[in-house]
Amino acid sequence: MTQISQPDQQFIKVSIWRGAGDKGGYETFDVPDQESQTILDLVSYIQQYIDPSLTYRFACRVGMCGSCAMMVNGVPRWTCRTHVKKITDKAGSLTIAPLRNLPVIKDLVVDMDVFFDKWVRAEAVHHPTRSIEQGVQPVSEDTAERQAANAAIECINCAVCYAACDVVASNPEYLGPAALNRAWSLVNDVRDGGREAILEAVSGTGGCHNCHSQQSCQKYCPNELNPTASIAGLKRETSKFALRNLLNPANKHNQGEPA
Amino acid sequence: MINARLYIMQRLTALIMAPLVIGHIGVMIYAVQNGLSAEEILGRTQGSYFWAIFYGTFALAVAIHAAIGLRAILHEWVRLDGMVLNLVCWAIAAGLAGLGLQAVYSVTG
Repeated sequence: MTQISQPDQQFIKVSIWRGAGDKGGYETFDVPDQESQTILDLVSYIQQYIDPSLTYRFACRVGMCGSCAMMVNGVPRWTCRTHVKKITDKAGSLTIAPLRNLPVIKDLVVDMDVFFDKWVRAEAVHHPTRSIEQGVQPVSEDTAERQAANAAIECINCAVCYAACDVVASNPEYLGPAALNRAWSLVNDVRDGGREAILEAVSGTGGCHNCHSQQSCQKYCPNELNPTASIAGLKRETSKFALRNLLNPANKHNQGEPA
Repeated sequence: MINARLYIMQRLTALIMAPLVIGHIGVMIYAVQNGLSAEEILGRTQGSYFWAIFYGTFALAVAIHAAIGLRAILHEWVRLDGMVLNLVCWAIAAGLAGLGLQAVYSVTG
């Protein structure tokens, strides 16, 4: 990007959240209006040409890494894949803030620890079933389970859904749409051996049953995934699992014990 | 704040309430055909084990269902948590069950 200084140059008013932790406020910058400009371009321009102390996070710039998500005019978005022209309001102004529902480290950078800790709490981690000597397990693409796993698998952990979720905002214990979506893809993956552990993990007080199916996660997911559907799947499977354990307590007693 | 056990309890009580609500509305429509009087209602319900079980089951299902629903609202909007949330929800359930069963006893006893 080059610095623009022609006399007829148009400018965009960009209000950016500045501060650390709970303290801070909006600061407004005039950024040159350029063709095919993304929100990330605006933020980068400010950091490179106006205020080098502006802190933000990005990596790939092409919608693959999931690190540049921010609140743009109150909506969580990947800033690298959001064109300025498509979202500026009638006054031509923009408000950019750090992702909602996560603690702010500085300016536009949030602390993602809470978000990823919840993935682990949801057991949304791979539970291997084979050693390297046993080779790769064949995966049939035709089963209903595999299709459910595939539908949920393209998540890149950007936390847009987590920022969009009103249940996360009002119930900090709630594991959130991303962690539960990954848990659902693993429940349906034949290579994962942690089905019972996952179903137990998402059945607790912050688990999938807290979802009110408001579907903000689905509405704002840049990859067009549907975490609400994944959570509905988890609600079904955990209910069956809990009722089976209720009818046959010995079944639950044996879980997790070495074969 | 809602775990699998509470979720299942709320769904099961909803399953119980659905046919009872339909039965209640059906009887209301039938009962008002010839005017509605306390004598007529009490004539049908007093001493009836059927209506005692019908409305007794309904009152208990409401107490459980509503207390779980209010639990989520109290946590998310009033920020109640832990023991306080448990006590308030049990008090709501007990209150609804007490009032409901007392009403059932009044018309069927």
